[in-house]
Amino acid sequence: MASREEIMAKVSELIGPFNNKGVELKEDTTFQGDLEWDSLTVMDFVAAVEDEYDIIITMNMQAEIENIGQLADAVAKLMDD
Amino acid sequence: MGVLKEVQVDDGIKEMTDLLSKFDPLIEERETLLATGVKDPFSLVMEEVKSPTVAMCNGKETILLGTYNYMGMTFDDDVREAGVRALEEFGSGTTGSRVLNGTYSGHKECEEALKDFYAMDHAMVFSTGYQANLGIISTLAGKGDYVILDIDSHASIYDGCAMGNAEIVAFRHNDVEALEKRLKRLPPEAGKLVVLEGVYSMLGDVAPLKEMIRVCKENGAMTLVDEAHSMGFIGENGRGVVEAQGVIDDVDFIIGTFSKSVGTVGGFCVSNHPKFEILRLACRPYVFTASLPPSVVATAATSIRKLMHSGNKRAHLWENSKRLHQGLRDLGFEIGTPEAQSAIIAVIMPDMERGAMMWQALLEEGLYVNLARPPATPANMTLLRCSLCAEHTSEQVDQILGMFEAAGKAVGAI
Repeated sequence: MASREEIMAKVSELIGPFNNKGVELKEDTTFQGDLEWDSLTVMDFVAAVEDEYDIIITMNMQAEIENIGQLADAVAKLMDD
Repeated sequence: MGVLKEVQVDDGIKEMTDLLSKFDPLIEERETLLATGVKDPFSLVMEEVKSPTVAMCNGKETILLGTYNYMGMTFDDDVREAGVRALEEFGSGTTGSRVLNGTYSGHKECEEALKDFYAMDHAMVFSTGYQANLGIISTLAGKGDYVILDIDSHASIYDGCAMGNAEIVAFRHNDVEALEKRLKRLPPEAGKLVVLEGVYSMLGDVAPLKEMIRVCKENGAMTLVDEAHSMGFIGENGRGVVEAQGVIDDVDFIIGTFSKSVGTVGGFCVSNHPKFEILRLACRPYVFTASLPPSVVATAATSIRKLMHSGNKRAHLWENSKRLHQGLRDLGFEIGTPEAQSAIIAVIMPDMERGAMMWQALLEEGLYVNLARPPATPANMTLLRCSLCAEHTSEQVDQILGMFEAAGKAVGAI
């Protein structure tokens, strides 16, 4: 089971190819505001996270996730379930 | 409390927050576009409609190439006659819900026509195609169920998801592997509805339904296919992409509309599910709205029955679509699909400004096409969407290509 730190590190790694603006990645970095992702980028990135952990992050869950820390929490919870 | 006091004015009335201020960015975008001198592409008025393919716009005779009137049934003599007769015999409207006073014999005849057209056991007619998706998806998939949909799905599919309480899972457009992966990750016991479209309306591309329906079956998911843009045209009997790809007997629900090939307004769902009829009582967008006017269901039923025997028109529409696709490519335009897959030919424009300029130049030449822009389009594309009609003559297709060449050169698009 991956720790919260390991999930944060992996999520940050997965953001890499989509981080065209070279934004510094922190817990409170937001996908829409800071990274300025459009819906298609969000989908590609979510698919990468889903494939990494073999999970499903539904659109209902995605609506509640605004920043990287919240995503790491959601992944940890999905791995627990 | 201090904040409240600050906005309190003398007469005791508080200043209100303007709920429309959230649309300021959209207002600004429109003003910027109109400031470049182009006409408003979303406010066109047709002063007179002469046929399924010609109308008067701004006093000019204009060829219609963006109406989804695929089979040209809007001016069919039998269709119009049926509408006039129903208007005279049954009046202008039903003023009631389908489950109360709003089911006339015409509504049942229209559902019979659909059952015959699709060779299916059940048909349910809605007041619009939008409501058919809204109603069926939100009613089928409840709390704890999953709706799995293509990311490029039509707004009515997304709104049907938003109205229900199911969990929503999106997959990459037309990607069979992405769909399969997600189905396998869902709880095996959970109810699953996979929503697909035969033809996607933005680029006019067709879904790989054969593979997708197989994957859905293997993973215990029910399937719904929206055939709005293929009914009447694709498949030997015009039953859609499900018929063309040989999977019509494997899908659970087909959704369609009367506002394209059928040539009027309304929506429907057909199915062989033995419990289908109960949806009439459970589906809120079916129950809590007035039914279609008698003239509309009469025109729809007549048109649907004629579409069963329209093989020649289908063949001509394929010819038109293939010729326009090839002709535009030869002129140097970029098209949304490598070959004509449907009657929608989407010309990709480099940006919104040149898209709007090109749209206006075409209108001035005497040609109407659809201007489609983000967020309705995939990948933020600006598209000039052309939809052909079986009533377009070969000469009109030649004229259309000439207009595209002139307009494209005038605005520097080719």
